[in-house]
Amino acid sequence: MIGDYTYTEFTSILAMQGFSGLTLFSVFVLMALGLAIIFGQMGVINMAHGEFMILGAYMTYLCSHFFSEYLPSLFSIYFFFAMILAFAASFLLGMLVEWGLIRFLYRRPLDTLLATWGVSLILQQVYRSVFGAREVGVTLPDWLMGSIALTDIIEIPINGLFVMGLTFLITIGVYLAMFRSKWGKSMRAVVQNRTMAGAVGINTKMVDRLTFGLGCGIAGIAGSAFTMIGSTGPTAGQLYIVDTFLIVVFGGAGSLIGTIASAFTISQAQSTIEFFLSGSMAKVLTLLTVVGILMLRPQGLFTLKIRR
Amino acid sequence: MLSVDKLNVAYGQSQVINALSLDVAPGEIVAIMGRNGMGKTTLMKSLIGIIPSQSGSVKIGNALLEGLESYQRVANGLAYVPQGRMIFPALTVRENIETGLTVTGQKEVPALIYELFPVLLEMKDRRGGNLSGGQQQQLAIARALASNPKVLLLDEPTEGIQPSIIKEMARTLRRIRDEMGLSIVVSEQVLSFALDMADRVLVIEKGEFVHESPRAGIDEKKVSAFLSV
Repeated sequence: MIGDYTYTEFTSILAMQGFSGLTLFSVFVLMALGLAIIFGQMGVINMAHGEFMILGAYMTYLCSHFFSEYLPSLFSIYFFFAMILAFAASFLLGMLVEWGLIRFLYRRPLDTLLATWGVSLILQQVYRSVFGAREVGVTLPDWLMGSIALTDIIEIPINGLFVMGLTFLITIGVYLAMFRSKWGKSMRAVVQNRTMAGAVGINTKMVDRLTFGLGCGIAGIAGSAFTMIGSTGPTAGQLYIVDTFLIVVFGGAGSLIGTIASAFTISQAQSTIEFFLSGSMAKVLTLLTVVGILMLRPQGLFTLKIRR
Repeated sequence: MLSVDKLNVAYGQSQVINALSLDVAPGEIVAIMGRNGMGKTTLMKSLIGIIPSQSGSVKIGNALLEGLESYQRVANGLAYVPQGRMIFPALTVRENIETGLTVTGQKEVPALIYELFPVLLEMKDRRGGNLSGGQQQQLAIARALASNPKVLLLDEPTEGIQPSIIKEMARTLRRIRDEMGLSIVVSEQVLSFALDMADRVLVIEKGEFVHESPRAGIDEKKVSAFLSV
């Protein structure tokens, strides 16, 4: 007996909370991956990251409506089209914002905070005008509903599994793009020394635009996945932006593994503590721990070992 | 190969390069000597397009380079090794060299580059930032050569390099010129190094060339008088 629970009950609780922690972890990783590129690599403090995510969520919402109205036979696979649309919309809007705003601010990183905050407010109002202030939800196709019962007590929701699989694939994709592709090499060269990257023959403006767009596009996919777990409102992005920055900073800006490790630690800690105490206590405890660790290790969990 | 005609460069109101003209023949090595603050680095930066010029023209062969971005100048056959080397510290040695391949579209680092700098092949998976100063200098040259340039610009390559390696570097640069058939413009303060490698020596003072002499029959005393403070 542990507290009021029997031993089996206790392990089941741990397993199920662990799993819901894993789902939260997946969403965190998806959101943080885009920001790890934009903030971690480019150093742009993108306060509108949450809104790019919500754009993806709204695209998914539109897609689900379109398919149920006009193509009900394909409704069961609409989600894949929705993700592509979500990526494309956020990617294009990201490139537009980079072209219209961010490219003038690479030498003034702190100003990006204000400018992108403005973008975030504008986008929120646009969503409110277009989609209304009320939160919207999407209908999931049947195969994503329900759960798998592992034992009598432990049940694993299918949409959680789907989000996890998706996160895994996208993480691999981002890793390959950053460290194995030609674009990734150019991107890392540009963020390390923009002037010199130009002087060895890299079109830095193009690389900047593509990088920012890609970070936003990944946020769009995160938003798409997000619709399976929560509902979408004009300001829903604001709820997640702090967590996302926390994850990128805690993991060590510029380190992909750090981002994943820190998303894992924070999400597991939160969902486990949440069950035994309360949601706000879980937040307080994780935040305190993260702040404490960052005071001792300001560079974050993972850093590259190089001379600068 | 490289021809500069009446180039003017200024930072705001302060004129740094004054109507400077320079012609470099194919396969020629030109050393530009001068004390600190005479405009060597500014000239180099403006040639590669990091600093805009006020007026004048820069040509490679028949291609005009005015108003082009750095990467377009590289695509036209100019390559640049900056003062202080400026390699990408977090990229591996191989990735550093590969950034230079962007304009050629090649995927593999040409074998000649590793042949010229065998130490880079040994260290190809190390991060550039963890190399010694001399190795970083070789890496910066290798990265510039990867774009298969017609004209190589070197800004004070001997700065912070030990004397034995400086000798070696002069030999390597001559070998690069012979095997790749490119022209080299090098800015320098070390006279012995310039004499070791250059075909022609120019002295720059306050943004103008004040003395010019071919390597053969150069008046060393006169040049070092220009260089002494």
